[in-house]
Amino acid sequence: MTKDHSFVLGAVAYDPKVVTIWEGFRQYFAARGFAFDFVLYTHYERQVEAHLRGDFDVAWNSPLSWLEAQRYAVTLGRRVEAIAMRDSDRDLTSVVLVRADGPVKSVTDLKGRIVAVGASDSPQATLIPLEHLATQGVLAERDFTVLRHDVMVGKHGDHVGGERDAVRALINGDADAACVIDGNHLSFVREGLFAQGSLQILTQTAPYDHCNMTVLESVPPARCARFRELLLGMSFDDPEARPLLEMEGLRQWLDGRDTGYTQLAAAIDRFDTIAPWLARVTG
Amino acid sequence: MEPLRERIIDVDLGDLGLDEGAHLLVQRALAQCDPAQVIRVRGTAHALAVDLRGWARAQGHRFEVSEGAWILSRSASYDGRWRNAVRASGTDAATSPGEHASSRWGVAARGALVEDSVPAWDFALGDKDSVWSDDAPRLYAMGAAAQWDPATAVPWSSELTHPAEVEDAVVQVMTYLIENETAALQVPARFLGRVHPHYREIVQVLALQCADEARHMEVFTRRALLQRDALGLSTAGGQRSLQTLYEEPDYAIASFLLSVLGEGSFLSLLWFLHAHGPDEVTRSVAKLSAQDEARHVAFSLSHLQRHCEREPAIRAKFARAVDARHQALQHTAGLNREVFDGLVLLAAGGWSPAALRRGHHAVIALQQTMDEGRRGRLARLGFSAGEAEALSALHTRNFM
Repeated sequence: MTKDHSFVLGAVAYDPKVVTIWEGFRQYFAARGFAFDFVLYTHYERQVEAHLRGDFDVAWNSPLSWLEAQRYAVTLGRRVEAIAMRDSDRDLTSVVLVRADGPVKSVTDLKGRIVAVGASDSPQATLIPLEHLATQGVLAERDFTVLRHDVMVGKHGDHVGGERDAVRALINGDADAACVIDGNHLSFVREGLFAQGSLQILTQTAPYDHCNMTVLESVPPARCARFRELLLGMSFDDPEARPLLEMEGLRQWLDGRDTGYTQLAAAIDRFDTIAPWLARVTG
Repeated sequence: MEPLRERIIDVDLGDLGLDEGAHLLVQRALAQCDPAQVIRVRGTAHALAVDLRGWARAQGHRFEVSEGAWILSRSASYDGRWRNAVRASGTDAATSPGEHASSRWGVAARGALVEDSVPAWDFALGDKDSVWSDDAPRLYAMGAAAQWDPATAVPWSSELTHPAEVEDAVVQVMTYLIENETAALQVPARFLGRVHPHYREIVQVLALQCADEARHMEVFTRRALLQRDALGLSTAGGQRSLQTLYEEPDYAIASFLLSVLGEGSFLSLLWFLHAHGPDEVTRSVAKLSAQDEARHVAFSLSHLQRHCEREPAIRAKFARAVDARHQALQHTAGLNREVFDGLVLLAAGGWSPAALRRGHHAVIALQQTMDEGRRGRLARLGFSAGEAEALSALHTRNFM
């Protein structure tokens, strides 16, 4: 059997379209003489473990799995690097929504109330907004009750269902506030989830970054460079690349950066969310 | 470097939010930008800061906050989607049909600007020569204007005074007509989805043809059941004949067999029923249907004439198809005896020997009329008199 020199990406199958997306990338790269393949995981923690085990070359990481990989790598004396990200992964914010006619007018009004969030491991709809509220003086489960919407735990909130359920809980009166990513405020109005003007933005987080392409220091440098070069060379003007970019939700691949994850890092420290997992894999 | 203020286009949204349509004003300003310019958005809507950031990110526009306003720079891929777009026309006149319809145009309106990553559609009939008729727009307009309402166009309550056996004959003839009209719907319907919609008028004509046949099925059924609870007989030979039509995979050959020979013959039959029908309802449904069928025949003749002029060899294919169908059907019974007898009795209107002779002569004359019609239409397609006579004689005895 000849050795397979494909550059292999790991991704999480949060939706059936993930197969279509990466199969499309595989063909796109093949047409440019670059052997590329992918493996899919049911959840990010399994992907991080496989990455550190050396099962594939590059991980398409959520912000949380980027930090998980980073912290796991440190325990092994290894290093991770973010080599690329989507333009749409930069400078996101999350917002806390309340009913316009409701009693919550300020962050401190949340005391004693219920805040609806997305999946427990969603950076954008749970961890970052709860960290933001904590820095504003109201702490989850001490000052207010958290109503989680655990749609597909392990997929780090990639499935929008958790955020939609959080907003439904707010509209139905089961919660007094709901946490969503900024763009979903407009998306949910447009899809008719709530009436224009019926919800208000209580507070907005500082900008943060989302997914990135993560490699370990042991990645084959030439193939990694070629992969990055092909990614960053994809043009929205190119009819072959455009459908792939649209499916993956970007206009342009950009350089990776690791400066946009401080709020999430603070959140996982404050709420101690990944320690049990890290203890298990390193123990 | 230009002074900053000349690079900035100001957009004031007032209190209009992106959740109320303000993105149109932002888009309009971005469209007016050159790549070196940016737009500065101001507004007082409550969620504007949040919505504008999310919206800009999704569109690939750069977003910054500066001195109480939001600065957007246009995405480098702003008009990339349309850079290599093509017109779905292929001719100078944007809305005229081209000689070949590209599978990449898909179902785009003729003349529309089509994004270049539209998936290829599989329309098997994408050449003008194989489908087009210059008469199609006119025949479509005529057909659209001539649609009639089965509920009101037929005098359903007029009295039936003929003998019971004549009514039985009418029921049998109607049963036969329904079966044939069902096939006359199914055949164009099979090709309707295969014609490239660039040839819009052809699709429209075929769609109307299907709608016409649907009405014919309805009125013949209703006529058959006016005084009876059950329909008549359906024979293996009749169905085998129609099946050879239904299974014909070639559009030109199917049109030729169905419309030039089959519906053409049916036209004579329907006018015969209009002339000899024993009651007003029968005469009326026959006349209304004949008027529709005349358009179907005219359309097929027109596009096949054009096809024959451009591809003369196709006449030999037509001739072979008639011969093959004849071979396939030679061991079947042809027109069922009940239909033939029904037509005689229907035209006779009663049981006296003189009436039956009159009816019989009328049916023989009908068959001659059908033959003459077929020969005339074959001549219009360029067949010689001898070829037309031979081909007409080989046409199915089942008429359709």
